[in-house]
Amino acid sequence: MLNRRSFLAASAATLAAPRILHAADTPGVTATEIKIGNIMPYSGPASAYGAIGKLQQVFFRVANEQGGIAGRKINYITYDDGYSPPKTVEQARRLIEQDRVAYLFNTLGTPTNSAILRYVNQRKVPHVFLATGADKWGDYKEHPWTIGWQPSYRTEAQIYTKYMLEQKPDAKLALLYQNDDFGKDYVLGVRDILGDRFDQMVKTASYEVTDATIDSQVVSLQATGADVLLVGATPKFAAQTIRKVYDIGWRPMFFMTNVSISVGAVMQPAGPEKGVGVITSAYQKDATDPTWKDDPGMTEWRNFMNKHMPDADQTVGEYVYGYGVSKTLMQVLRQCGNDFSRENFMKQVTNLRNVEIPTLLPGIRVNTSPTNYHPIRQMQLQRWTGSTWERFGNVIEGAQI
Amino acid sequence: MSASKGLPVAAARGAEQVAGHSWAPLVILVLLLLALAPAFLVEGYRLFQLTLAVIYALAILGLNIVTGYNGQISLGHGAFYAVGAYTAAILMAHFEVPYWATLPVAALVCAALGYGIGFPALRLGSLYLALTTFSLAVAVPQILKYKAFEDWTGGVQGLFIFKPDPPFGLPLSNDQWMYIFTVLVAATLFILSWNLLRSRIGRALLAIRDQPVAAEAMGMNLAQLKTRTFAVSAMITGIAGALSAIAVEFVSPDSFSVILSITLFVGMVVGGVASILGTVFGGLFVVFVPNLAEDISKAAPGVIYGIILIAFLFLLPTGFAGFLRRLVVPLLRRRRSAQAMSSNGR
Amino acid sequence: MDGLAHQLIAGIATGGIYASVALALVVIYQATHHINFAQGAMATFSTYIAYMLIQAEVPYWAAFFATVALSFIIGVLIERILLRPMHNAPVLTHVGIFIGLLLAISDLCGWLFDYTVKSFPTPFDAGGPMLGGLISGHELGSTAVTLSMLILIYLFFRHTSLGLAMRAAAYNPVSSRLVGIRVGWMLAVGWGLAAAIGAVAGMMIAPVVFLEPNMMLGILLYAFAGALLGGIDNPGGAVLGGFAVGIIENLGGAYLVGTELKLTLALIIIIGVLLIRPNGLFGRVLVSRV
Repeated sequence: MLNRRSFLAASAATLAAPRILHAADTPGVTATEIKIGNIMPYSGPASAYGAIGKLQQVFFRVANEQGGIAGRKINYITYDDGYSPPKTVEQARRLIEQDRVAYLFNTLGTPTNSAILRYVNQRKVPHVFLATGADKWGDYKEHPWTIGWQPSYRTEAQIYTKYMLEQKPDAKLALLYQNDDFGKDYVLGVRDILGDRFDQMVKTASYEVTDATIDSQVVSLQATGADVLLVGATPKFAAQTIRKVYDIGWRPMFFMTNVSISVGAVMQPAGPEKGVGVITSAYQKDATDPTWKDDPGMTEWRNFMNKHMPDADQTVGEYVYGYGVSKTLMQVLRQCGNDFSRENFMKQVTNLRNVEIPTLLPGIRVNTSPTNYHPIRQMQLQRWTGSTWERFGNVIEGAQI
Repeated sequence: MSASKGLPVAAARGAEQVAGHSWAPLVILVLLLLALAPAFLVEGYRLFQLTLAVIYALAILGLNIVTGYNGQISLGHGAFYAVGAYTAAILMAHFEVPYWATLPVAALVCAALGYGIGFPALRLGSLYLALTTFSLAVAVPQILKYKAFEDWTGGVQGLFIFKPDPPFGLPLSNDQWMYIFTVLVAATLFILSWNLLRSRIGRALLAIRDQPVAAEAMGMNLAQLKTRTFAVSAMITGIAGALSAIAVEFVSPDSFSVILSITLFVGMVVGGVASILGTVFGGLFVVFVPNLAEDISKAAPGVIYGIILIAFLFLLPTGFAGFLRRLVVPLLRRRRSAQAMSSNGR
Repeated sequence: MDGLAHQLIAGIATGGIYASVALALVVIYQATHHINFAQGAMATFSTYIAYMLIQAEVPYWAAFFATVALSFIIGVLIERILLRPMHNAPVLTHVGIFIGLLLAISDLCGWLFDYTVKSFPTPFDAGGPMLGGLISGHELGSTAVTLSMLILIYLFFRHTSLGLAMRAAAYNPVSSRLVGIRVGWMLAVGWGLAAAIGAVAGMMIAPVVFLEPNMMLGILLYAFAGALLGGIDNPGGAVLGGFAVGIIENLGGAYLVGTELKLTLALIIIIGVLLIRPNGLFGRVLVSRV
């Protein structure tokens, strides 16, 4: 698809246009300030994720009050793209060309980040810790300036499929997914493991975000006689699925994407008793889970929330996520020493060794290298007991296939 | 009723008077030079924004022809924009067709599609048409994602294309060239539309909008005219879509959600219904006002944008063009009557 | 065909949701001759009011009727404040204002109440799931509420002088004014009524799909489809249309084209029906006089 000749031609042309940048003269970095850019949907139907940006604005303000990084204040600039790719391009250019930020950090969404992927890589602007679980951000050869953060959806689906095969070698799998890049990654992950057996073992059904309910899909999948169900759905539809599956008396082995396991936003609305036995994999702690009542990491997070965002609803999972990813960025910045050039920043991003983040599950650490662009690749399976997620088995290192 | 509808007609005539003079080509040339000037005055990012604004203006022009001039409310023009964009992207990504050559193809595809949709659409009452086209806009992403077309459309992942280099080794950046190219294409289509709408056909469209029964009694073929209008409208919006794909260098189903159709509609209303100049204002509005809203409140930019939109329509119910007309038309009228007097005196 | 029956029942249950919103759309159309794109957002906002009341431990039915009353007032206020001054503006400007309202209200909900999915209580849960879980007590109860709303509206528009005056005001404002109907206020009451019906629809839907700021986005579209199918000027037709769309969507998605195209299928069916009956299945044919 990407034609090599035109790729080179295009890069040469864009490289010729901007001013030549010296390492010592990184845009957005002065003796007193580091400018970091971010793009989030603050308007439109995907605004729920805007909570991440809201937390980060407070996070970096607090970090500055506590002295900043190497004598510099972090100037976190965040813009709204309404989850529309053309708008993301506009905002990314605004950040890079007009505000002259040093790096892009935690920009949200798969289609939106896809739209700016080539632009940032041509410009050699670090585009780090993207807020999306697509697998393709790990491709360090094609786009070395872009890196994800959370475990990819595809890896997650591989883990479920492997576990399923261990438990039920002759399983019939029903796969319910959102018809977009997020949901389709689950199809890919299952296919990775099952290969040729996919068509014979798996029945799929998809839904659109505009659908009112998923009742029809659940009824159809049950009718296929499947005994395992894997769901790649956003919280609202996940809660609907858990309730409907229970109500029609279907009791499959039930895997749920870890995007939709918030106790407050999924399990409580669905009815906690209806989700008993649902299996998922987690990499970060759930704020509403009583297990972490006295956990030092979550206490740190809770203190932060109580002190700096007292009005915020602490059951919103985005706040935990936003905190963890910002902590990771702080680690990178500390590792940079006094050299905040884009090259050195990227070098440190890909040089994280067993970094512990307070919001991640015990035993899960952030690791990167120049050939490993998947910062978090560990997860642990857990099962809903009716009141809490109970972890079982070991921490699983991302499926290598 | 007659007061509100009579105004655009009178103003359109006023505008025709201006264009009808022999110095019209000169005016057009000056306007064109003014439009091209930013290419050398502002930097990449602003230029990109302006390119988008011109593209939206063109798409809004397409919508305006069918809704503003012909009174058929379409809330689904994002569909044609999407088809135009995907046509260009597929041709460039899979067949290595040069960017400029994708525009005529996108135009043809969208005109055909517009004709096909316009044919049943004209049987529907205005409200039914509005809601049907709205449903079309909502269904577009679903169709773009459909797996049967996935090899071509890239499915949910979308398609990447490349922004063209300037031709003939001109010493311009890609952004500058893209802007100039867009302005030239848009200007051509604006002038063609202007001519079309000033002609017999344009008057027929307005007649059909305001007095359908009388128009039919005068021997106009309503069905044919309406369908063709729909085709022309879809074609222009489709070309805008193709330009957007080239400028953004990426298409994906999420780029063409129902919000896009709503955006085009908003641009038309704030620009002014049945006004060609107004569409340019509409294009600028939909690109720049959301950013303004965001600067006012990061907490809820959508709320601010909605309020700005409502406040704008409160102050200028006939849009920017209506406001201009209120300023300009009395002047023209005075001049015209002065001319009339002097010619009478002769 | 057990599966077919199941899909049918699931379709009827979903159709009930569409029907209630379609009904609200038709009422506002009858009373004002407008289609309000902000209807769904307004209904969601009303549902949040009810949610707050219930959180404050107001008993369900008290919260229910308080919300309906408040929504009526909000509807009247929106008409008085936003639309009354604009009544001479072109139709397209009105649509522009509706779009502005839609954007502002739905983001306002998110801003005030955040975007987390919330569960909303139902008053009809005594029986629990029925028919093997295919239908819940709530779904039966809410269908009953929709149907009784329909009967009330029918009686109101047919047999009360206020209802008659409202229809007259929308149909022919000039003549209505001549016979002494206060047209402006009739429009405001129409808005209030539609907002109240929207609130009922919102409170009936929220327990099924969960409450969140964009709850109505998809539903509104299918409700439009239902109203189109049944005829935009016929409340009974719109309710039937809503149910029909629910059933068509589910059966088509399950057996004909797959779930990936079910929206497209619904669209094609609407266009098909409108080509044969341009005013919907049960709509009145308008004869225009010169």
